[in-house]
Amino acid sequence: MFEVRTPRTGKARRALEKRAPKLVETGKKTLILHGTKTSGVLNAVLTEIYHMKKGSAVKFSRKNENIKPFESGGETSLEFFLNRTDCSIFVFGSHSKKRPDNLVIGRAYDHHIYDLVEIGVENFKPMESFKYDKKLAPQIGSKPLIAFIGEGFENVEELKHLKEVLLDLLRGEVIENLNLVGVDRAYVCTAISSNRVFLSHCGLRLKKSGTKVPRMELEEIGPSMDLVVRRHRLPNESLQKEAMKTTREKPKKKVKNVSKDAIEGKIGKIYMPDQKVGDVALPNIAKGVKRERREAKLKNGENKHASKKLKENST
Amino acid sequence: METQKQFEIDFGNLMAFNPHHTFPSLPSSREDLVKECLEKGTELVQAIAQKLFNLPSTEDVDGPLVKLPPPTTRLPREKPLPKPKPPTKWEVFAKARGIKNRKKDKIEYDEPSGTWKRRYGYDRANDEENIPIIEAKMTDVPGEDPFAKRRTDKKNRVEKQEKNRQQNLKQAAKVGALPSHVQLAATGLPITGTQAAPKKATKDELGNVAGLAASATASGGKFDKKLPGEKPAQHKGKYRKFLPVVEGKGLGSQEREQTEKVLNKLISKNSHEIFNVDKAVNMYNVKKEKKRKYQKDKSSPTSSKLKPKTKPYKKGSSSSKKGSSFSNKGSSYSKKGSSSSNKGASKKGKAK
Repeated sequence: MFEVRTPRTGKARRALEKRAPKLVETGKKTLILHGTKTSGVLNAVLTEIYHMKKGSAVKFSRKNENIKPFESGGETSLEFFLNRTDCSIFVFGSHSKKRPDNLVIGRAYDHHIYDLVEIGVENFKPMESFKYDKKLAPQIGSKPLIAFIGEGFENVEELKHLKEVLLDLLRGEVIENLNLVGVDRAYVCTAISSNRVFLSHCGLRLKKSGTKVPRMELEEIGPSMDLVVRRHRLPNESLQKEAMKTTREKPKKKVKNVSKDAIEGKIGKIYMPDQKVGDVALPNIAKGVKRERREAKLKNGENKHASKKLKENST
Repeated sequence: METQKQFEIDFGNLMAFNPHHTFPSLPSSREDLVKECLEKGTELVQAIAQKLFNLPSTEDVDGPLVKLPPPTTRLPREKPLPKPKPPTKWEVFAKARGIKNRKKDKIEYDEPSGTWKRRYGYDRANDEENIPIIEAKMTDVPGEDPFAKRRTDKKNRVEKQEKNRQQNLKQAAKVGALPSHVQLAATGLPITGTQAAPKKATKDELGNVAGLAASATASGGKFDKKLPGEKPAQHKGKYRKFLPVVEGKGLGSQEREQTEKVLNKLISKNSHEIFNVDKAVNMYNVKKEKKRKYQKDKSSPTSSKLKPKTKPYKKGSSSSKKGSSFSNKGSSYSKKGSSSSNKGASKKGKAK
């Protein structure tokens, strides 16, 4: 015999259900962490990526010795962290003489590493260095517009891969309904050369154009940086095939109290709670109470409002 | 509209891609580069907005809501697709027989009290446990308590249902379609991952561990009573083995080889400085001095008698044949050695 273990509290059960595989996935969480050594630039890059992705990102602040994503055996502790935090994108920063300001962006499928892109950060400009109207500042978790510019994203294999990873990292949650007021940020990625990409985070200014569609204006709000592609590892083909599976069918939501009948068609049931006549609150009858008090006062002979009364009598 | 056709737009992700742009020559300054990039980006953003603001929208308190189409760019999933739950044994059976579920009323008429009561749960209708008197039947076995029987029957039914439930869960776990909140403790299956279940210890491994544990006595488990089927205590680690130093036919030469090997290694390491002129001259001088001293000593016979003389084994071994002639044939190496040393000593005496 074996023991069947189920969560004891509803909270634990909901937490587990959240982690379970879903038919239609809505978004990926990002894990941000760094190796034994980082530079000032890299620290800033990691924090700002965290700020841009706030709400769907987890940031670790301790050094991690055993993480070397490109080496075999160097991914075990990373995969463990991904499993623990339920993240499937990670951004790993490390700094060495050979590869200064190194950023490894990778994705995971089923808590195992799926693919990797290694980039170097150059010409980094942090958020603080940009001056702009604070009204433009985007809200946390708003859906960004993403623009990719350049031939390189189609012709160069590394950039093509980088484009896919960046899209996955930046796109935010997959949603059905979008509030047009919430369109307030854009990412612009430009392929400058065959291995260099300029990435900038912009705020959107919507100006009147006389038509229904406003005129868009971009204003840099930072951070902005150059990404130099170093190494990359494409996913295993069989793994890719499995990870790309989708279903046509949408998850059915259970509709309560609605049934179908061959003759009557759609029937809905409405439940009304019992009407509790005895407990019904009566309207406030303060006026009557007041008069009673006044009369009582008159009876007692203490008439402070005597003048008023007299007046009434006189008229 | 012409420019829009050039762009690839993934509307679900609000992503636009301009695959035609190339820099004819990189702008010299950083500001120019950024400016050009933003200009191109604005075009793309405008193209997305063109479509976005023309979608049919519904007014909401917070602003106009727009329904987005699903994304077209194919990105990998986060986790594998959930597997459909396999039918339980009852469901299979019901389908084969064509049995269909039918709804039952929540309340039922309770005959003993003559009222309507809940079908299940506390204070339910027609609860057989609430019957205070059970009438005797012809078929009753004498000496059997009908109340106790009723209780055990109920217990058995509950147990059987639990067994069936676990069997169905096991079947679901095999397919990998266990409900997300259920964990089977025996196999320790992870919730979402595909990690292998931890291996059970084999009989052999357990025996080894027991053997090791048994050796934790003062005697190393030597005098302990063994249980039937228990293995002898395991000795972990090496026994140190020494080769005989004295040369003979087999093992003796092995020892020599071993030391030679080590020496060769050491010497070959420093072979480039094998001839040290200073050292050689020094050594020569010392030897010369010694020889002179020795000859001086030899001239005085009394002092030489007191000095112990050592002879290399080689000379002794050459004469060992003579020694073995009067000793036993199956004598050991050590005996031979001692005899040879005696012989050498006697020889020396003769020489004097």
